[in-house]
Amino acid sequence: MGRLVLILRLATRDLRRRRVEALLLLVALAATTTTLTMGLAVRGVTDRPWERTRAATAGPDAVVTSTSVPASITASASALTGLARSPGVTAMSGPYTMRYYDDLRVRDLRVATTVQGRDAVPSAVDRPRVTDGAWVRDGAVVVERAFADALKVRPGDTVTIAGRRLSVGGIAVTTARAPYPNSAPGLIWASEADAARLAPAAENFRRVVYLRLADPGSAPAFAARGAAGGSTPGVQVVPWQEVRAGGTAELTLVRTALFTGAWALALLAVASVAVLVGGRMADQTRRVGLLKAVGATPRLVAVVLLAEHVMLALAAAAVGLGVGRLVAPSLTRPGDGLLGVGNPPSLTLATAVVVVLAAVGVAGVATVFPAVRGARTSTLRALAGTTRAPRHRSRLTALSARLPVPLLLGVRLAARRPRRTALAAVSLTITVAMVVAALAMWHDVGVNDARINGSVDFVQGAGNPVTERLEQVTVAMMLALLALAAVNAILIAWATAVDTLRPTALARALGASPRQVASGLSAAQLLPALAAGIAGIPAGSLVYRFAQMIAGGQGSSGYSPPLPWLLAVVAGTLAGVAVLTGVPVRAAARRPVAEVLRSD
Amino acid sequence: MTANAVLRAAGLRKEYGRGAALVRAVDGVDLDVAAGEAVAIVGASGCGKSTLLHLLGGLERASGGELSMAGERFDTMSETRLARLRRNAIGFVFQGFHLVDELTAAENVELPALLAGVSPRAARRRAADLLERVGLADRSRHLPSALSGGQRQRVAVARALVNRPLVVLADEPTGNLDSTATTDVLRLFDGLRRNGHTLVIVTHDSRIAATSDRLITMRDGAFVDETRLGGGARRLGSLAGLGG
Repeated sequence: MGRLVLILRLATRDLRRRRVEALLLLVALAATTTTLTMGLAVRGVTDRPWERTRAATAGPDAVVTSTSVPASITASASALTGLARSPGVTAMSGPYTMRYYDDLRVRDLRVATTVQGRDAVPSAVDRPRVTDGAWVRDGAVVVERAFADALKVRPGDTVTIAGRRLSVGGIAVTTARAPYPNSAPGLIWASEADAARLAPAAENFRRVVYLRLADPGSAPAFAARGAAGGSTPGVQVVPWQEVRAGGTAELTLVRTALFTGAWALALLAVASVAVLVGGRMADQTRRVGLLKAVGATPRLVAVVLLAEHVMLALAAAAVGLGVGRLVAPSLTRPGDGLLGVGNPPSLTLATAVVVVLAAVGVAGVATVFPAVRGARTSTLRALAGTTRAPRHRSRLTALSARLPVPLLLGVRLAARRPRRTALAAVSLTITVAMVVAALAMWHDVGVNDARINGSVDFVQGAGNPVTERLEQVTVAMMLALLALAAVNAILIAWATAVDTLRPTALARALGASPRQVASGLSAAQLLPALAAGIAGIPAGSLVYRFAQMIAGGQGSSGYSPPLPWLLAVVAGTLAGVAVLTGVPVRAAARRPVAEVLRSD
Repeated sequence: MTANAVLRAAGLRKEYGRGAALVRAVDGVDLDVAAGEAVAIVGASGCGKSTLLHLLGGLERASGGELSMAGERFDTMSETRLARLRRNAIGFVFQGFHLVDELTAAENVELPALLAGVSPRAARRRAADLLERVGLADRSRHLPSALSGGQRQRVAVARALVNRPLVVLADEPTGNLDSTATTDVLRLFDGLRRNGHTLVIVTHDSRIAATSDRLITMRDGAFVDETRLGGGARRLGSLAGLGG
């Protein structure tokens, strides 16, 4: 018990003594735990709005549609009926007519729409749930909710389809089709009579049948059999799982972005903790020696350091769970095309356990090696304050002799602590990779939006709720990543500056100017940054490709943003690192030489 | 005032703190060091010797007075020009050697030459020559950790000479050495003096002071006594015997 109290006392005193470092660590770990909490919260509810809507609307297990080629219409109609009689089908609705019009007018908007003719009585399969107003009747249409939201129409408004004025009688949701804009053009239900009156102006025509299967899980196999051609030419069969994927695309993308980001943040947090602990071990050698001199065992010394970081990790887990719980509802809110799930995602015990374990794991992994190494340092050496001597690298030394003085100093300073330099490179590579992946995604979104903006199938100026939410999440993620990368860059520069105080002071005593020393210290930071800028580009493309694979999408830009963007990333990385590390570098380069050499 | 002074200080002051806490580490020092002259500055611990040496080497800014090197005033120089002056005109030897741990003896010696823009090949040649002169040709590839204290200090002396400075400033060069190593370094400094190097040595060690041309005693930041010596080499012989 007394031992535990001693460990806690030593740990808390040290944390209090190093408040800024403790705060930076807390920020790094909390960013990771918050993202992880949000990712877990989103994972828990991605499918819930869809399932609720599907249950409420008697959603079909398979959607059978005739192809739109006019010549095949007759053949398709018979094929639809044939499929409906297939084994395993327990119920059917339809066939319903589906007509495409490129002339829906609302106020000064013109957009295309698909009008589906429906009976006034509810069908066995696919009963769109009216959320506002009433179901179709002659002269009054029902607009799919997400489409209505984009058009900004409500019951009582008037729309004009192919020159025929119709009143909006209701707003409804369905799972027979992904909501607008995941499916475009938007869907309008009309009575069969109104649909027939509009028919002559239609651009094309289809029939659709909704099926219920005895085994909904077999829908993909059923669809594959139906679409195989041969027995059912001219029809397309879509299983409900595919419709769901389209209907929950934004949540799936958000979840993928959050999980990818959480991994990146966790790795950056490991780097932050490792740099801080490494820097502190170099800085605290004498304290470790003192502890050992008064009887502390190497294990106690290591445990005190671990305890400090586990305490911070627990605090970060609490912050992450709290913030994640507050933010998650805004991420998990379903689109307008689906019914809400009622209550916001609750924080489950499993989520809390995963987040706490992840935080403690990150802190533990990053702490354990430097802590054990520090604890093993001989007491006398630690009391003398001597840190590990860097290794001699004859080839690098000879090579750097040919370089200009700032680069000569930079290469040699970077080579003094190769693990720290590698950590800086890895940390920046992760950040650059995530930035490149986000840019590739934004580029794809841009390309997509450009296509949408020119298309009559989409409501111009209405925005794209799918990409908007994804952009919000990725921007937030990028900010967290960049903040953490900035913390890392500053910490690494600070650790380098502390560690190289004597050699840089010596270089100045031997004739290097403060500017040369500052440039050398900057070069020591910029060399790994340059490597990260270059390595991060292919890594980012891979991350984006992987994320697309998980989300079930496909990049339209070859998984890479345009070349000028990539060049800007490399230049931005170098400029960012130069600016962020400028303060510790300049402070180190201007430290009075005599003071440093005298205190040594 | 010496006409051919290489290094000159006039009314040099260095103060720390203010008011009641004011400390005058160097208090109105006047010093002329002629070319080829070896000056030893002795005094008790804390009398301001090392601070004076740092001021003379441009490692610290003076609070007042003037400093000049070969007729050029340098107490008002920018940090960059001071760095250039240190690079080309001053060689330092520190009590703690201050060798770069991860560089070999030869790499340590050539470092100031590389900082001065000398080609790597020429720098390496100079380093090899100097290591031979200090008797460490066979240790040129050794890291400082593999050298004895005396050997490290000889490497430091070689490094101080690599840019052919106008003056070598040595701060307690034998302070961290045992008596055998001290004798080696004494011989080395005596050799430098005889070869016409200009030396300013701050020391506690009466033996090294005895090898100089002039002995200055410092107390409370000021010069209190100055003695012209002669025949340093002769005295060194007997002192070296004592050192053994």
